[in-house]
Amino acid sequence: MASEVSVQEVADAMYKMIKDAQGMKKFKAGDLTKAMRDVYGDAADRKTCKAAIKELIDSGRCVYTYFGGSFIEIPHDEGAANK
Amino acid sequence: MANLPNTPKLDELTKGPWPSFVSEIKRAAERSDMCKDLLGLLERSYNEKIGHWKHGGIVGVMGYGGGVIGRYTDLPEEFPNISHFHTLRINQPAGWFYTSEALRTLADIWEKHGSGLTNMHGSTGDIIFLGTRTEELEPTFADLTAAGFDLGGSGSDMRTPSACCGKARCEWACYDTMKACYDTTMRYQDELHRPMFPYKWKFKFAGCPNDCVASIARADISVIGTWRDDIKIDQAEVKNYADAGLDIFDDVVLNCPGKCMKWDGNTLEIDNDYCRHCMHCINVMPKALAPGDKRGATVLIGAKAPIIEGALLSSVVIPFIDIDEEYEEFCDIIERMQDIWSEEGKNRERVGEFIQRVGMGNFFEAAEIDLIPEMVTHPRENPYIFFEDYYEEGDEEEEEE
Ligand code: SF4
Ligand code: SF4
Repeated sequence: MASEVSVQEVADAMYKMIKDAQGMKKFKAGDLTKAMRDVYGDAADRKTCKAAIKELIDSGRCVYTYFGGSFIEIPHDEGAANK
Repeated sequence: MANLPNTPKLDELTKGPWPSFVSEIKRAAERSDMCKDLLGLLERSYNEKIGHWKHGGIVGVMGYGGGVIGRYTDLPEEFPNISHFHTLRINQPAGWFYTSEALRTLADIWEKHGSGLTNMHGSTGDIIFLGTRTEELEPTFADLTAAGFDLGGSGSDMRTPSACCGKARCEWACYDTMKACYDTTMRYQDELHRPMFPYKWKFKFAGCPNDCVASIARADISVIGTWRDDIKIDQAEVKNYADAGLDIFDDVVLNCPGKCMKWDGNTLEIDNDYCRHCMHCINVMPKALAPGDKRGATVLIGAKAPIIEGALLSSVVIPFIDIDEEYEEFCDIIERMQDIWSEEGKNRERVGEFIQRVGMGNFFEAAEIDLIPEMVTHPRENPYIFFEDYYEEGDEEEEEE
């Protein structure tokens, strides 16, 4: 039986992954989910990962961005924006 | 009269009896500085033959990953009123039915927060609000939700499902398109607002094979109404069409793709086993012919317009389902297919392209969908599925002989 992992723990691990790669690589929801499965195995099932992403977005720690596809990133200034 | 920019090129597009987007922007420019600058920028683009828009990738409303498309002009000093010009997609009601009060509410919200320009409707089916500033996004969203509206999809999420008017207004509807569209929109709210797929995923619901929402060419999941019994014929009405001058042989029988109709001048016969359910005869003689009584839908997968790769038409997954009664079964199959694509699809790979890459047989096998003879590219032509079990059994028998 898979060991338990909380939504918050998965959200924190996702956040670290996003932060560590900031400026170098962007992750989609699917990338984060697969990475969590590698770390936590079946305990980080799709439902838990979905809830973790929701937590990251709803808390404002991360935002969805669109650059030819939708990614999850730490909020940053819009490169194209006019002040 | 507002002081509008000089736009000789755009003015060409106001000539003639047909509606003109330039005339509409000019009307709106009487009250909106955004529209005034938009006219100036457009004229400049027409002169220089280049666009002056930059794509944004971050703007949105809290919690949502879709529904807002960021736009900025690259000439903000010259056209300061459209230095931000973001688009909002608003989830349209199923079948695009509005009360005039709802339309006025939408227009008021948009004149308060944006340019006032709308596009009714975008190709996804959404109500499109064209042009606002970043700081107006949340207030617009708040007013929209207070009025009972919500944003639609954009990016790598489930796009706003759309449906033809179906049973609300059309006698050909073989299932309740508006209900299926509404139920799908509500069931998949997470998928609509929180991009979680490799790329976009569209549902379109058409009540009959006329496919007024062009689902077969545009939707990842096309749900097209059909019937499984015989076309209903009212011979007296057929005769009335003939008496009124319709050339039934030339205009109906010869155009039947199934070559399954006979007309002897008095009686119309249809060999329904060979009918392709194309709707041609029914469209030509609506008073005389109608879809049968055993109505439901065919579900297809994998259409897309040419963006990254070429255009694809969709392929049959479920030849017939009574979707009004079997909606849960429909969702179960959809979710299994979605899971495979979510897991294995590449970034920006539509499910149709994914299926082309891995093979239809493998895709269906992974999604645990039984292969059946109806899943062929063209009726009675090459099946793209290799029936391994069938051949293995046959091989064994041959060996025994
Ligand atoms: S697709 Fe068929 S049912 Fe729907 S509006 Fe068109 S003709 Fe009517
Ligand atoms: S629906 Fe199309 S294929 Fe069927 S009988 Fe009519 S014209 Fe022929």
